[in-house]
Amino acid sequence: MRCDECKKRQATVHITKIVNGEKTLLHLCEQCAKEKSIFDVSFEFEGEPFSMQKFLAGFFEPIMREFHEKSQPLSCEGCGLTFPRFSQIGRFGCSRCYEAFKGQLDPMLRRLHGKTYHVGKVPRKRGGRMRIKSEIERLKRELQEAVNAEEYERAAVLRDKIKELEQKLGRD
Amino acid sequence: MALDELLDTSKIGWINSTGPDSDIVITSRVRLARNLKDVPFPHLLNRLQAKEVIEMVYKAFLSNAVLSKDARLYYMEDLSETEKNLLVEMHFISPDLARDDRGAVIISSDRRISVMINEEDHLRIQCIFSGLDPQGAYDLASRVDDVLEEQLDFAFDEQLGYLTACPTNVGTGIRVSVMMHLPVLTMLKQVDRMFSTMAQLGLVVRGLYGEGTESWGNLYQISNQITLGKSEEDIIQNLLSVAGQIIASERQARRNLNGEERLRLEDRILRSYGILTNSRLLSTQEAMRYISDVRLGVDLGIIKNLKPEELNNLFITAGPSYIQEVFKKTMTPLERDLNRANLLRQKLLR
Repeated sequence: MRCDECKKRQATVHITKIVNGEKTLLHLCEQCAKEKSIFDVSFEFEGEPFSMQKFLAGFFEPIMREFHEKSQPLSCEGCGLTFPRFSQIGRFGCSRCYEAFKGQLDPMLRRLHGKTYHVGKVPRKRGGRMRIKSEIERLKRELQEAVNAEEYERAAVLRDKIKELEQKLGRD
Repeated sequence: MALDELLDTSKIGWINSTGPDSDIVITSRVRLARNLKDVPFPHLLNRLQAKEVIEMVYKAFLSNAVLSKDARLYYMEDLSETEKNLLVEMHFISPDLARDDRGAVIISSDRRISVMINEEDHLRIQCIFSGLDPQGAYDLASRVDDVLEEQLDFAFDEQLGYLTACPTNVGTGIRVSVMMHLPVLTMLKQVDRMFSTMAQLGLVVRGLYGEGTESWGNLYQISNQITLGKSEEDIIQNLLSVAGQIIASERQARRNLNGEERLRLEDRILRSYGILTNSRLLSTQEAMRYISDVRLGVDLGIIKNLKPEELNNLFITAGPSYIQEVFKKTMTPLERDLNRANLLRQKLLR
């Protein structure tokens, strides 16, 4: 898609403006987007194109403010990323950041996903225990649903399955 | 780097087959985000490290002789802008991968699997299936994941699941999308209302080429947003049930058209067919609109000499980069519109 302004460069900034229900679309290249002052009103533009990360960074700001009041910039030992930097770019630097920023992470995850723990696929390498644990989690939720739906026969089957797995976990 | 073989749309599975509910759902796509343990995420890698990641992943992919048979690896730095844009238009890569030349993509010979390397995450395993079949796409993606996991150490945490560069993808790392063709609901102005309730269901609607793009040709991509705390199966089921309702509404809306409304729609469809088969200049956006009409005409039995698959093919042909790749040159917008109109006419009149 070409830029609406210069009609030359590739449009990489796509904006939908809705004013009083009137929808207008703009497709711009980075350069023209920077020159267009409308962006200064809608969001900060600091010479970078609009990105999902930046958008998310704004999303993390309330958490950041709280964080500033509490402590000194925290950083990840793995990659050196600091939490303030993370809140700017919206991306972690390495997988160890999750450990380093654990304290800040929970409220953020709750806002994004509504949950703070994983349910679902586990790498095979992680071995049996981890897989059984996540299977139990899944069955428990299914059990809850069955109870809510008053499907007691299904609930009984699920309860037995959970028991069996829990015993297996205890034995290992 | 020969991209020519990718231009041959007859080899692309999702274009040429008709999966479940393919009168409304064009494709189902699943992507899994994975990262290597103890390696900084792609945005912190220098060229050399990035290349090492590409080589490691490619080697791991080659370990399975069946999946990797005749698969190709394309380095972004070797591709021209047009070539990269073509891969985006064909949905093999994301616009983000195309923007940075430290990435690469592996594309399987049946074009159903593409593994993006060094996008936002080290790996983005993607599978595209025809029609409404996210489970099929997930099963294949998960198999690819298993194969790669045997060779590579993925960053995984007992509590948080698969660790990703952006916390919006953490957990399952899964994004399930279905691309739907909703011309009548769009015409009746019911899509906006329907989509505004999506967020409450943990789903988002995107344009044709992904995040932040407009919906062209009445095509909409619906995908999950939540990746943590729900299993892959639940996420797929949730999307399936919402997609099912949208499909039912679109079909109902198509059936409900009668009298003058139906006549006006038939008129519009046949006019669009006339324009596609007669015009000398067509922009991508304009062409998409007419192709959408013709596709609807085929689905409603108004146009009988074309198959739905042929229209899928036209959606790709109409893209901005396809034309330039076919003719192997950079063109002015006028030349593109001229060649696009010619090519679409040829394909329709065969």
